[in-house]
Amino acid sequence: MDILGSFALILALMTAGYAFIAGIVGIKTRNPLVIKSARRAGIALFPLVSVAVGGLLFEFFSNNFSMAYVAEHSSRHLPLVYKFAALWSGQGGSLLFWSWVLSIYAFAVLMANRKKHPELMPYVGMVMAGVEFFFLLLNNFAASPFKIVGEATAGGGVQLLSQANGRGLNPLLQYPSMVIHPPMLYLGYTGMTVPFAFALGALLAKYPGEKWIHLTRRWIMLAWVFLTCGILLGAHWAYAVLGWGGYWAWDPVENASLMPWLTATAFLHSVMMQEKRGMLRVWNVWLVFATFLLSILGTFLTRSGVVASVHAFAQSSIGTWFVVFLAILVLVCVLAYVKNRDYLKSDNRLDSIVSRESSFLFNNLVLLTAAFAVLWGTLFPVISEAVQGSKISVGPPFFNRVNVPIALFLLFLTGVGPLLAWRKTSFESLRRNFAWPMGGGLVFGAIMYALGYREFYALVCMILGAFVVLTVASEFFRGARVISAHSGLNFFQSIGRLTARNTRRYGGYIVHVGIVLIFVGISGQAFNISKKVDLPPGSQTKIGPYTLYCQNFDTVNGPDYTAERATIEVLQHGRPTMMLFPERRFFPASGVTETMVSTHSTLARDLYVVYSGPNPQTNKPVINAYVNPLVKWIWVGGLVVVLGTLLAMLPSRSGPGPGPLQPAAAGAASEADTDADDKANVLEGTH
Amino acid sequence: MNARVKFAIGAGVILVTLGWLGWLGATESKAYYHTLAGLAKLKGPALHQRMRVSGYVKDGSIKRLNGKVDFVLTEQGRTLPVSYVGTNPLPDTFYEKHAQALVQGRLMPNGEFVADQVEAKCASKYVASPVVGSRASDPPGVRGMSPAAAAAH
Repeated sequence: MDILGSFALILALMTAGYAFIAGIVGIKTRNPLVIKSARRAGIALFPLVSVAVGGLLFEFFSNNFSMAYVAEHSSRHLPLVYKFAALWSGQGGSLLFWSWVLSIYAFAVLMANRKKHPELMPYVGMVMAGVEFFFLLLNNFAASPFKIVGEATAGGGVQLLSQANGRGLNPLLQYPSMVIHPPMLYLGYTGMTVPFAFALGALLAKYPGEKWIHLTRRWIMLAWVFLTCGILLGAHWAYAVLGWGGYWAWDPVENASLMPWLTATAFLHSVMMQEKRGMLRVWNVWLVFATFLLSILGTFLTRSGVVASVHAFAQSSIGTWFVVFLAILVLVCVLAYVKNRDYLKSDNRLDSIVSRESSFLFNNLVLLTAAFAVLWGTLFPVISEAVQGSKISVGPPFFNRVNVPIALFLLFLTGVGPLLAWRKTSFESLRRNFAWPMGGGLVFGAIMYALGYREFYALVCMILGAFVVLTVASEFFRGARVISAHSGLNFFQSIGRLTARNTRRYGGYIVHVGIVLIFVGISGQAFNISKKVDLPPGSQTKIGPYTLYCQNFDTVNGPDYTAERATIEVLQHGRPTMMLFPERRFFPASGVTETMVSTHSTLARDLYVVYSGPNPQTNKPVINAYVNPLVKWIWVGGLVVVLGTLLAMLPSRSGPGPGPLQPAAAGAASEADTDADDKANVLEGTH
Repeated sequence: MNARVKFAIGAGVILVTLGWLGWLGATESKAYYHTLAGLAKLKGPALHQRMRVSGYVKDGSIKRLNGKVDFVLTEQGRTLPVSYVGTNPLPDTFYEKHAQALVQGRLMPNGEFVADQVEAKCASKYVASPVVGSRASDPPGVRGMSPAAAAAH
């Protein structure tokens, strides 16, 4: 199967090359047969790369340890699900996975549009084939997952060196969220190729109107939600497995995933400016370009080890390939822009500083500043080495100082945005709509302050969070009231209809609520406490509201490890609440020791307990205990973000009767309509 | 004053503020990266900067003491005594054989390195070990990947 897989990869490479060149020829000659053949070649990539992936999986399942990649990342007794995960746990396999996911996207895009947009699709297919070609080059020549372990024999042949067992998958990666985290992240990174292909294609084709934006909206949302999930699952894995009590360390690899997320988020907002007002065309095209380039940069940083990182997995020559590829991409983007920039002229200018437009502009400004700061901080060792000759790194204080105020400002804009109208908002209507939610936020802040939530940024986060939730609630409430008045439906049915009628807008609000929850969870960090103590059986220690009582301390045997385990009873206000079993597992096969964190998680706080081995002086077990307030809200918020995004991706249903758009009934919210799907003549109607 | 000028002023204020915060954060946390060989050549004020030093944890050198962990970093025959005083538990990979560590902190006048942060990875774990065509002569990279591992790609 390894030979079949290798051949499939070579064939896929040639097919991608053909799809790219035939695409260019087809565009130049406008020969429909060539165009059709290029498209079919693009579609054929999916089955071809699938054969390669299937071939590699087969080797994993049949325990073929004469293959280097299988021997390195699997073992005979590895559970089945982790054999899947092993596929993307190393260099060669994860780059193959990239190619495969991209081939799936190409397949879906080309199939879905095979009878549509004949002016645009050849360009889109060509761009995607070009990107796929690059990754297949890597799969074939730079990081083939199909290498075998062998040694040259005297006769010029190769003697296979099959090993009895593989080295096993890194135990740190044997964790459920680690199985889905890499695919999610890759689906996000790779998915950014689709909007890139449409944007570049539309620019090259001078495709009229904002149609490419409508065509890519769902694709970029899909990639965005995958990326969001990938980032949060990565954070969750770091928290639950690595045992240092935190979930985000501003590590280069984490930063790599955050940067395209920030620019994609900026695009999802600024795109509304283009749809509604014909503004920011240049900006949007560049946002899509930047998002894609940052996705490639992210893959490069993760895969090449150019920036030292705890989990930059590999150091290899692969970096050169990526640098060349990135340079070509930047060149193509700049040339396409310079050549066709007249196509991107804006229809309108900013009318007023107090308007929806300006809130989007500020949103984009700070999101891009955040992306830039993260990029700068991540690449600072590389930059300073090139400029000054000494490698200087910056740490979490740099990232936090810049990004925390940005996050809070964004939270403020999230609340203000829906209260602002397009073009211009009068202070009168602003004050009218502002008073309640802001007042509510302040009251909430006062309550939190009274409860001891007394750290500046964390408190501001709570106030603004409540403000955003209240504005969103009032949007739902006002809309539903109007529908209810006209249709006689009850309040909850009205909310359902309101949402169904404009999924994009109300789905977006739900995403905002999810983001608020995530921010609330992060703000809890200001109140983390931690403690490190010797805790022999029979002794106890206090941390936060908890008392930890060590009952026992023993050794247990697992299937492929032995563990030292502490048995700790948790008492809260004197009442027994929970038993925790933090462990240290030793895996003899790989010689790896792994900490198993034990947590007691509630919405209010997590109790997070790590057993860090015996104290060599006293020979008593050492326990690291952490109380991390509100962490759970981050994961809950992530779930809300995903649900909101899925809702926003559903098509809106147009219903009979007047919507919440009528100015008289719904006040500022109606002036401020963001709805591009309904495309009611809002501008003409309300101004 | 038209809206564009107002926006430009607002944007300017935001960017200057954030730039200032970034500068503050950078000065507070910047650390100079050195190899053990590079560390030996430092003199003057460079010796007192916050720095990051990488190397291999010398086998058997880890001593857990009250409130700190002492160990020795080594690379190409040079050694550096390190005392970790941070509160977070050391990563599991730190205790493995031939673990690579990246320590962050300051060099004391007595030649001891006091670290408040230690990152570690086990060189052998994340990359393939020797396969066909291993070039055992490759020197360890700046980031100290073992020759066998570097040759696998």
